[in-house]
Amino acid sequence: MPKARDKCRPRIIGGMPVEEISSLMQGFAIALTPYNLMLMFIGILLGVIIGVLPGLGGANGVAILLPLTFTMPPTSAIIMLSCIYWGALFGGAITSILFNIPGEPWSVATTFDGHPMAQKGRADEALTAAFTSSFVGALVAVILITFLAPLVAKFALKFGPAEFFAVFFLTFASFIGMGKGTPFKVIASMCLGFALGAVGLDKMTGTLRMTFGHEELLSGFDFLIAVIGLFGIGEILLSMESGLKFSGSHAKLQFNAVLLTWKKLPRYWATSVRSCIIGCWMGITPGGATPASFMSYGLAKRFSKNGANFGKGEIEGVIAPETAAHAAGTSALLPMLALGIPGSPTAAVLLGGLMIWGLQPGPMLFVEQKDFVWGLIASMYLGNIVGLIVVLTCVPLFAAILRVPFSIIAPVILVICAIGAFTVHNSMFDVWLMMMFGVMGYLFQKLGYPLPPLVLAIVLGDKAEEGFRQALLGSQGSIAVFWSNPLVATIMGLGVLLLLMPVFSWFKERNAVGKTASANS
Amino acid sequence: MSCHLLVASIVSHYRSSEPTTTDKSHVRKGLKRATAAEGKVGSMKMHPVVSRAFAIAAAAAVTSAMTLTTASAQAWEPAKPVTFVIPAGTGGGADQMARFIQGVITKNNLMKQPMIVVNKAGGAGAEGFLEVKKGNADPHTIIITLSNLFTTPLATGVPFSWKDMTPVAMLALDQFVLWVNSESPHKTAKEFITAIKDGADKTSKMGGTGSKQEDQIITVAMERVTAPKKMTYVPYAGGGAVATQLVGKHVDSTVNNPIEAVSQWKAGALRPLCIFDDKRSTYTEKVTKDQAWSDIPTCKESGVDVQYQMLRGIFMSPGVKPEQVAYYVDLFKKVMATPEWKKFMEDGAFNQTFMVGDDFKKWVETNAKTHYDLMKEANFLAPGQ
Repeated sequence: MPKARDKCRPRIIGGMPVEEISSLMQGFAIALTPYNLMLMFIGILLGVIIGVLPGLGGANGVAILLPLTFTMPPTSAIIMLSCIYWGALFGGAITSILFNIPGEPWSVATTFDGHPMAQKGRADEALTAAFTSSFVGALVAVILITFLAPLVAKFALKFGPAEFFAVFFLTFASFIGMGKGTPFKVIASMCLGFALGAVGLDKMTGTLRMTFGHEELLSGFDFLIAVIGLFGIGEILLSMESGLKFSGSHAKLQFNAVLLTWKKLPRYWATSVRSCIIGCWMGITPGGATPASFMSYGLAKRFSKNGANFGKGEIEGVIAPETAAHAAGTSALLPMLALGIPGSPTAAVLLGGLMIWGLQPGPMLFVEQKDFVWGLIASMYLGNIVGLIVVLTCVPLFAAILRVPFSIIAPVILVICAIGAFTVHNSMFDVWLMMMFGVMGYLFQKLGYPLPPLVLAIVLGDKAEEGFRQALLGSQGSIAVFWSNPLVATIMGLGVLLLLMPVFSWFKERNAVGKTASANS
Repeated sequence: MSCHLLVASIVSHYRSSEPTTTDKSHVRKGLKRATAAEGKVGSMKMHPVVSRAFAIAAAAAVTSAMTLTTASAQAWEPAKPVTFVIPAGTGGGADQMARFIQGVITKNNLMKQPMIVVNKAGGAGAEGFLEVKKGNADPHTIIITLSNLFTTPLATGVPFSWKDMTPVAMLALDQFVLWVNSESPHKTAKEFITAIKDGADKTSKMGGTGSKQEDQIITVAMERVTAPKKMTYVPYAGGGAVATQLVGKHVDSTVNNPIEAVSQWKAGALRPLCIFDDKRSTYTEKVTKDQAWSDIPTCKESGVDVQYQMLRGIFMSPGVKPEQVAYYVDLFKKVMATPEWKKFMEDGAFNQTFMVGDDFKKWVETNAKTHYDLMKEANFLAPGQ
């Protein structure tokens, strides 16, 4: 044991890539057997199906299929399971773009521009952009894992409650003032989200909040049910009003859509790079894929030349969240492997799998189970390539779904949504809740209140609250804890800056208007 | 493993939710649900027409089911997939154990029907326990417990208790160990306690899982020793996160279960100070270079007279038949005989006590009382408890 540890030390300090490359090649040799390749294809296909069905979700999908892998060798098993995970990540984008129903929390931000693109008849373009960006994000994250795993994993340890809160604060701040309406509507919508997110058990005191004695509310409002209702059902209601048809149905089917879109993509390299950085960082810390996708979208809107068009079907609005979500989803496996902390619910289920195969996740995995770890990392490269090929060949097929008449597809979507909502807790109550959220989504759209801040607050509100209260408990109530070290101070500073940006631009505009007004008079 | 097999299993998973005529429990559930729906006007569970149809089908099925029962009264076996409820989230100790058991059963073909693991973590586990409580003699649902069996009803006031369920077996007792960061100056529990006593009040941060649950109960019990000084308890979502927070020095100590912290101990990031049991662990194989679980002194011998262990046990719905309980007792005996289980026990340094029947019931009864007293003393009881 001590020998092995010494061997690994130079990698931690020096970061010489030679050892990684040889280990990786060995990993490819392990992963590239026909049996494992077949498992990869099956995994990706199952994953895409799981990702498409809202409510089932990657974590549930992996959990259901986990027992099937117990008879396989651990490396083959993890290859298949992680491919299900990649597949689910890819699949989540499909329903988001086509029907405005995000299958996974991190696909929500993809709907903002993806669905308007589909409505304009550019579904194939949006899908290609989403899949390609996902691939790029995942690839960058895997490269990061390959060469920097032990080093980067240490960074995650720096994250205490104050740092977590700062990250969530930054995510919220990047959203204020980016809605179509006034910042006040954004804040109102966000506050409602916080209120809904607060229902259920208060983890800090162990007592129930706002359940009013109803057992159904014990676990609070599940994010997935809210999202399926707000987006999916809300969208159907809106379409019904506007005359029972999909606005994207006149789309021409272009079989070279993939190539045409690929020609456009290099133009958005800056967004891509920014999103990769956000994604990897959020995956490792572990903030997770959902805040990563939201933050990336928020920042892309702010820094893009076409920022004003975001929400109306801007391709950059698809690239940003998808790249970040995948970079985060992939790099979330890093803290799991290196430290034994799951960065996502799916990673948590995979973690359970590791134990059954007799592997102890944690800092010693890289030393004690080299074959397994490098086999897994190699399968991340291969799995993503396989995944990209599988989903890209299906782009025309997916886009063609929109040509089915609305009167046929709407009931199908409704049923799928209901099944999705039901699966979350196996309870009929959730289906009614979903319908309620659907009506709410419709009203929000009609009144011009933005939905994204509401959803963001439901997903991240309780986590932000947890971090805030944990930090204050530790500091004996002193708010200075949020500026107590350079790391947390930087993140908080960035957050405050982003929060104040709308105010600055408002002043600037007012001055400019004032000047032109005085010049005219 | 072929694609065919995968698909078949998924299909069987979904098919399991359809009622079949040979399926007693479903029928019974159907009947009950039907009557409930008709009794309560406006009940959202079932449409009256549907419920009537259900009732007719159910009545027909009951007769056929009855004849079946008399035929095979002795050895009961599950007739459909068994649901294994975890009243906690993914990744925690109970979740790991339940998924592990599912794995062992599947791998060794110990049960003809598949086992489906579901997390029902809502309301500190109340969601899962309430479901089993309402299961009404459903022999196809079992639940694994952690201390929230006792603590959740007391802290939240959600109406359930262990008496609402049928105790099946105690699988093991999970240990608690006092951990500090390996860079901490404290080498023994005594030094650690002395430092708290000498320091300013509430400056020592104890990280733990959840609020008003086992970790905080232990913290409160430790505060009897550190009195008049107190610690600051910081609740986190799960045991893995707690261990990581200690490695990152965001808290000063934890009372993690062995399985949650063992990897960090092996890597030299954490140091165990004492174990909250009345005797040392029996596992003598070295975990780190020079230490085994058995080398960790008990807290009592280090001058911190606190003992606490957590039940990892199995319960079923109320009103199940003795032969149904017997089936699961037998099943878990088979699980425990596997080498995988033995390794799992050793990795997690579990206290291997197996109990069934009246012994187990008695144990639970005593512990329910202990928890009540501890929580009352700590002022953790919800109003009306």
